[in-house]
Amino acid sequence: MPSTDTTAINAQHLVRRFGNFVAVNDVTFTVQKGEIFGFLGPNGSGKTTVIKMLTGLLPVSDGDASVQGINVRTDPESVRENIGYMSQNFSLYSDLTVEENLTFYGRIYGLTPERLRQRIDAIVQLNGLAPYYKRLAAQLSGGWKQRLALGCAMLHEPQLIFLDEPTAGIDPVARRQLWDLLFALSGHGITFFVTTHYMDEAERCSHVAYIYFGKVIADGTPDDLRELPEVRPEGTYRVEISAPHVTQALRVARTVPGIRSATIYGQSVHALIDDHLDLDHLRSQFQEQGVTVAEIRPLAPSLEDVFVELTFRHQAAQAKSVAAPEAPGA
Amino acid sequence: MLNPFRGFGAVFYKETLHVRRDFATLFFSLIIPILQMFLLGFAIDTNIRQINTVVYNADGRRESRELLDRLKNSDTFHILRYVDNDTDLNDAIISGKCRVGVKIPVDYSDKLLHQMSAQVLVLIDGSDSSVAGQAINVTTAIGLDESLRRVLASSADVFAVDMRPKILFNPDSRSPNFFLPGLLAVLLLNVTTFLTAFSIVREKERGTLEQLFVTPVRPMGLLLGKLLPYLAIGFFELCMLVFAMRFLFLVPIHGNVLLLAFLSLPYLFVSLSLGILISSKATSQAHAMQLAFLTILPSVFFSGYIFPRETMPKFFFYLSYVVPATYFINITRGIILRGAGWVHLWPDALALFTIGTILLIIAARRFHDKVIMA
Repeated sequence: MPSTDTTAINAQHLVRRFGNFVAVNDVTFTVQKGEIFGFLGPNGSGKTTVIKMLTGLLPVSDGDASVQGINVRTDPESVRENIGYMSQNFSLYSDLTVEENLTFYGRIYGLTPERLRQRIDAIVQLNGLAPYYKRLAAQLSGGWKQRLALGCAMLHEPQLIFLDEPTAGIDPVARRQLWDLLFALSGHGITFFVTTHYMDEAERCSHVAYIYFGKVIADGTPDDLRELPEVRPEGTYRVEISAPHVTQALRVARTVPGIRSATIYGQSVHALIDDHLDLDHLRSQFQEQGVTVAEIRPLAPSLEDVFVELTFRHQAAQAKSVAAPEAPGA
Repeated sequence: MLNPFRGFGAVFYKETLHVRRDFATLFFSLIIPILQMFLLGFAIDTNIRQINTVVYNADGRRESRELLDRLKNSDTFHILRYVDNDTDLNDAIISGKCRVGVKIPVDYSDKLLHQMSAQVLVLIDGSDSSVAGQAINVTTAIGLDESLRRVLASSADVFAVDMRPKILFNPDSRSPNFFLPGLLAVLLLNVTTFLTAFSIVREKERGTLEQLFVTPVRPMGLLLGKLLPYLAIGFFELCMLVFAMRFLFLVPIHGNVLLLAFLSLPYLFVSLSLGILISSKATSQAHAMQLAFLTILPSVFFSGYIFPRETMPKFFFYLSYVVPATYFINITRGIILRGAGWVHLWPDALALFTIGTILLIIAARRFHDKVIMA
């Protein structure tokens, strides 16, 4: 697929091997300019390896990728000129002040003193860092550290910014504020590549991919993913069953015919049920078993449901393909 | 377009800020070597004098007392006590109170008077080889001298052969003159290797190194920007130590100080490369500290700083050729004590430069493979 000028990242069949171990296995995805792209997956699934290849730190074993139209295999240096990167520990120098941290990163990107001045002023204004300008980074709280780190990654006005778990370990208010900032910036056409473990953050992304053991097993907008046939098998739908005693409700739910699967979510049970099962009928089933149910209502699958379902399917497929060679012709 | 030193200015700016902020580290890295210099400069005297001695004089007559006077006057022995039996003589040595025991037998004077060979028993505690060696030399010399005087007294007045040894360069055998130039090499290595290794490992620990690799900073720009401030500190340290050595310990400098300053550059280069090598291996500052100590040991023991290289077993003698301090100690002692010049010392400088280059290449490779690609 040729990359057009609206493509920020174009990864085609990326492979990375470490000896015999395949860390990234035939990964293909594209990110359009201005998107907030959420890259999800469990630890050790290859997220970091993909980022390292896209930023030109790790050579690609096979396949190809371009970032902002620049090939990462042939010109990793130019890639690094044109991207911003913020790692999960914010990578600030705690013994340097806010001003000095910004100055350092600005000089790395070769900004002229005049330009540097302008950019620092703009960033400080945008991120609200002015009151902390002369303070040591060590004295900032997690949320402010993260804003400063984002500021450092944006000084040279990159049109694509990688954020590696930007909200790990910061408070909910700061998390909300960061996302507000990301939406505002993405409105100006800046593309974000974000990794996260928070499902609610994944829901906010305009485009999500899920990587599991080196393979991308889901790729699309959150709404697209919710409608995937694997996630919502034909003839079924999801319901949320609120009950005062959820554990009892779960026990009963697993005995009711027509309920395909059930899990506890907080004070309710989420269940995948057959189409023909009527909600009133379902309620009576619970009452027969002596469990009171406050409310039963239809539910769209969450992204977490989607990833859980896809992971199970992928595992099952893996198990089959491993078992298959043992019984050739069977 | 591709500037291999990209980012040098930015890193240098940042690193000088670190050094200024972390004043405690800077202070201790400059003060501790000075303290060490004071300790070693004042406390250590390798010239053995006033060895505690126990005497059992069974004879007690004039000839035996003359012999004891000669022992006392040698400045090597200090007669701590007199005993009157063999058991006490032995006990004094076993208990460690005395290093040397002298027993003059009951027939000493008689034998001398009858022109016979009189024996004196000298017991020496061999647990310290340098003390033992000195005791043997001096007692033997006194015995020989005493014998000669008695023989000569009956014939001519002059010695047939008169050896006149003359010690060059350090005529008084002052210990600071010997120790401090070598100490320069050991201290300089400590400070610069530690500081460089720490400055890089700290960034590893904080994760900022990872961040730097995603920027356009080039490896050479990063390393040079980091090394130069520490090179400057190392150089300042050297000047301070040389100043203290010259004006506080009064060690005369016979050669050219500027040559010393110039030849310290390849040595500092080695120390810094070693620091980078350590930082490519170490995962934490504590780990870096252990590895740095590991490099100090050979510099102290196999460089000729304390023990002469010539008396080492062959294996360690050859090992000393790859210890950088060996060459720099030759340079410092050469310039300071012997007044050596460029013509004498260029091979040492070349050796240092070679070692430094090899270390830097290994370090850069390791850095690339283990740190960036990890």
